[in-house]
Amino acid sequence: MSAWETIIGLEVHCELKTATKLFCGCPNMFGDEPNTNCCPVCLGLPGSLPVLNKGAVELAIRIGLALNCTVAPSTFHRKNYFYPDMPKDYQISQYDQPLNAGGWIDLPEGSRVGITRAHMEEDTGKSTHLGGTGRIHGADSSLIDYNRSGVPLVEIVSEPDMRSGVQARAYVAELRAILVAVGATDGRMEEGSMRVDANVSVRKPGDPFGTRCEIKNLNSLRSLQRAIEYEAARQIDLIEAGERVVQETRHFDEQTGRTGTMRSKEEATDYRYFPEPDLVPLNPSRAWIDEIRSNLAPLPKARREHLLAAVGEVTPALVDLVATVVDRDLDTLVSAAINAGAPAQLAIARAANELDADGVLPSPASFAGTCQLEASGRLSATQAKQVLAALLDEPHGDPAAIADRLGFVAMDDGALDTVLDAAIADHPSEWQRYCDGDDKLAQFFVGKVMAATKGKANGKAVIAAIAARRP
Amino acid sequence: MTNPNPLTEADVIKVASLARLELRPDEVATFTEQLGSVLGHAQDIAALNLEGLSPMAHPFDLENVLREDVVTPSLDRDAVLAAAPDAAEHRFRVGRILGEAP
Repeated sequence: MSAWETIIGLEVHCELKTATKLFCGCPNMFGDEPNTNCCPVCLGLPGSLPVLNKGAVELAIRIGLALNCTVAPSTFHRKNYFYPDMPKDYQISQYDQPLNAGGWIDLPEGSRVGITRAHMEEDTGKSTHLGGTGRIHGADSSLIDYNRSGVPLVEIVSEPDMRSGVQARAYVAELRAILVAVGATDGRMEEGSMRVDANVSVRKPGDPFGTRCEIKNLNSLRSLQRAIEYEAARQIDLIEAGERVVQETRHFDEQTGRTGTMRSKEEATDYRYFPEPDLVPLNPSRAWIDEIRSNLAPLPKARREHLLAAVGEVTPALVDLVATVVDRDLDTLVSAAINAGAPAQLAIARAANELDADGVLPSPASFAGTCQLEASGRLSATQAKQVLAALLDEPHGDPAAIADRLGFVAMDDGALDTVLDAAIADHPSEWQRYCDGDDKLAQFFVGKVMAATKGKANGKAVIAAIAARRP
Repeated sequence: MTNPNPLTEADVIKVASLARLELRPDEVATFTEQLGSVLGHAQDIAALNLEGLSPMAHPFDLENVLREDVVTPSLDRDAVLAAAPDAAEHRFRVGRILGEAP
């Protein structure tokens, strides 16, 4: 029997980082006191009228351009439903004429995922369900905070191009990096700035698509991957047991790692979309779109390629380190350090592993200087890391002066010989086994020398000295 | 009216249920006729020769009505919640919900 293929399409809701809501001047602010950022428009009071936020449109266009979409004339629709999290009983969204359509993202591993559309809409209020389990089923009443009602969103809908939970995770990670890079969102999944719904089906390769289920509100990369993997396995088990997959909306339980039915197709909503009569068409001019395009920040893919171009031999480990550096916004510092003379590979590795993008960073010159001292053997790796830590207190400090102050005197060969002699004399049987061919014991003696020198010895020099002593 | 009623009673019952309205049989009959006459009027327009005319998104010949992204004052919370039928913990309290929002 041939293997099953998992088909995944994702819908990602991204909250835009504007000062105000999409259709009124209330603050767009996460975490404020409930119902303090509300006005007649976002409370749906009679007679109020929405006016579109220019800043939100600009961020939405930035997203469209970054995702290689065509930015087109668009209109707004009302999506009608009766849940109390939208006080108007409808959500203003875009339907058959979205602002952005037909783009793609290239993932770091080389695959390309198509973007169907990226349209604008407003977020809903936040419901807290009382009684029962906290989930909706079993709740006897709900409390609503409308601070989030009307916050601008862009919903990014992918083509069903992904084939594994790992790939879906990579897609959301790259999408998040792009959205953050263009300044559209802070990308905080745990605060709901990005929320993911996954459409999952299975088929034998070459067959038509199977019946799909939609898993709602996945709020972390880990949950996304787990939910997709669980759901695909569930569907395969059903089909192999002679049953069939029922089209439905499911939710993912973080505790159990399983998906469960939320609502079936029988109660699927009929949103009765119709054009929003209170808003006129949105038709961004070519000049405005070009201006936004010319001000677009460099995208993560270009930034990774720029950094990789500075190193000679590209290894998979280095690709990962570069991805980390760009992901943490450290690439500007690393590039500046390389320009100031730091060896590229070492600067990338030290930035990825030793620097905290959210904290104080060393100046490019001080960072470059530390890398150079390490590359020349003046500092051991351990010492270089300590100098980097010390630079947090004086970002423009002179690495050589800091090293002196910390007592990091480069060991001369004679001193190293003395320490190594002592280590061998103290452990004659281990030395004999090393000489007899037990290579693992080289590390044992490196450890002894490092302990005796409190990490001041240069690791590479120690290894070379040990190897040289072997008969 | 030039057209037969384009709307059935089943349509009216479905739309009423989507809007969470419970209608008596005589109301279903009344609304089938009233809503049907509105749709009938739309059919009159559909019968016109509209070749060469592009669809109209809005009766006003306007586009790109935008406001700057600048904060304006919100309402006082106590005043907002005082207008609600029920409130608790500074939030609106509503009845039990079946299913979840989209």
